Amino acid sequence: MNTNVTTMNKEKARKNWLVMFIHKMGSPPWFYNFAGKLIPWLWAIFIGLTVWGLYLGLFKAPADYQQGESFRIMYLHVPAAWMSMMIYTSMAIMGFIALVWRIRIMEILAMCSAPVGAAFTIIALASGSLWGRPTWGTYWVWDARLTSELVLLFLYLGVIGLYNSIDEPRKAARAACLLAMVGAVNLPIIHYSVKWWNTLHQGSSISVTGGSNIDPSMLWPLLIMAVAVKFYYGANLLTRARVKLLEQDKRKGWVKNLVKEHKS
Amino acid sequence: MTIEQQSGSMGSAFFALLRRDLLLAFRRRTEMLFPIVFLLVVVSLFPLGIGPGPQLLARIAPGVIWIAALLATVISLDGLFRSDYEDGTLEQFVLSGHPLTLISLAKIVAHWLVAGLPLVLLSPLLAIWMNLPIESLGVMVLTLLLGTPILSLIGSIGVGLTISLKRGGQLLSLLVFPLYVPILIIATAAVMAASDGLPYTAFLGLLVAGLITSVTLAPFAAAAALKISLS
Repeated sequence: MNTNVTTMNKEKARKNWLVMFIHKMGSPPWFYNFAGKLIPWLWAIFIGLTVWGLYLGLFKAPADYQQGESFRIMYLHVPAAWMSMMIYTSMAIMGFIALVWRIRIMEILAMCSAPVGAAFTIIALASGSLWGRPTWGTYWVWDARLTSELVLLFLYLGVIGLYNSIDEPRKAARAACLLAMVGAVNLPIIHYSVKWWNTLHQGSSISVTGGSNIDPSMLWPLLIMAVAVKFYYGANLLTRARVKLLEQDKRKGWVKNLVKEHKS
Repeated sequence: MTIEQQSGSMGSAFFALLRRDLLLAFRRRTEMLFPIVFLLVVVSLFPLGIGPGPQLLARIAPGVIWIAALLATVISLDGLFRSDYEDGTLEQFVLSGHPLTLISLAKIVAHWLVAGLPLVLLSPLLAIWMNLPIESLGVMVLTLLLGTPILSLIGSIGVGLTISLKRGGQLLSLLVFPLYVPILIIATAAVMAASDGLPYTAFLGLLVAGLITSVTLAPFAAAAALKISLS
């Protein structure tokens, strides 16, 4: 009986701690400080992992027997392509949370994700077409993956465009969050229809991955880079969110206090 | 007495709104013609730009007609909620107590009847212009019949989001064209398959699936978008 009560209390306390944490994250000053403490760590981990991953990928990994040195673009291209899709999904999930529970921090986080995601999409497209030059002999092929990335870029641009054209920030964020969710529902359909369109029209003989087994010495740097860019996303996102928060709350007390502290 | 009883049932609200929108469109008949004329002009530009070679035209016909239909739909979409938004009718709809989803659906249906259906009816003429084989003409019409309602439905979400903007039209095309990609692919694939004498029923099935999905989901999203824009 006694132990039961204590475990219940403990559970309650633990739940309270988690609930408290989520509540606190919804408060702009608390979020601002917490993100400020987290950001240097995220940047440090990102830089450390990137240096390690790129060293292994660019210097240690052997050249590919078919593609030679050009396959090393993969260490930039593949993580960027993965990130472009992951960020869109996370933006849509954050948008959903923002719309359902009306959490302002979530609106800001979702909207700050869009430019980062769009940047990764552009990196994936540019590196993909640079990679296409030596392997396919041309900069652009209407390959299923490149085409879906292009459509994904348009979806990102739509979200960014809508967000920036509505004057009132919260209304803009809510509208763009809804658009992100609609896009996320459509994204798998777009992806598969494009994939299938590609096989329909030109019997795609070109395959990026080739389906062959990748050697661990080539795979490890890729995985390290894939983890590294996630820390980059976190660091960049929180940095942007802090700036956006300051901008939106510039007339609020906590920002004024912050400025005062900074000056003194 | 509840609001429901005061202002009639949901079904009668739907049909009253549909009737009103059709009547309004009929009173402004010239505006109804704009998307149709636009479609005619755009399609006729292609032979002028590419050359009148019948085989080439036949090859690109499904894509050209469908892309022109997409453009014509987006142009007409801007008017879907515009006048109701500007004179405050839309706010009255929200206050009426009827679900906004139903109201959106009624407006979308009216939009399709006014702007979408004429495109479908006109498409045989375009297909003949573009030298499309006569066997695939029926399939062309069928894909447009199934596909243009999807365009109106998905487009209504974009319109709801951009309604509060002064110049929403250009942004609207950026928002909705990426979402139209699957429909364009499936519809043109169906017509091309028919031209090549291949089975095409699977594509039509996919279009039907898309239509059912968008009828059930898009009005909710459009209503949510309108609520955000009106807040």
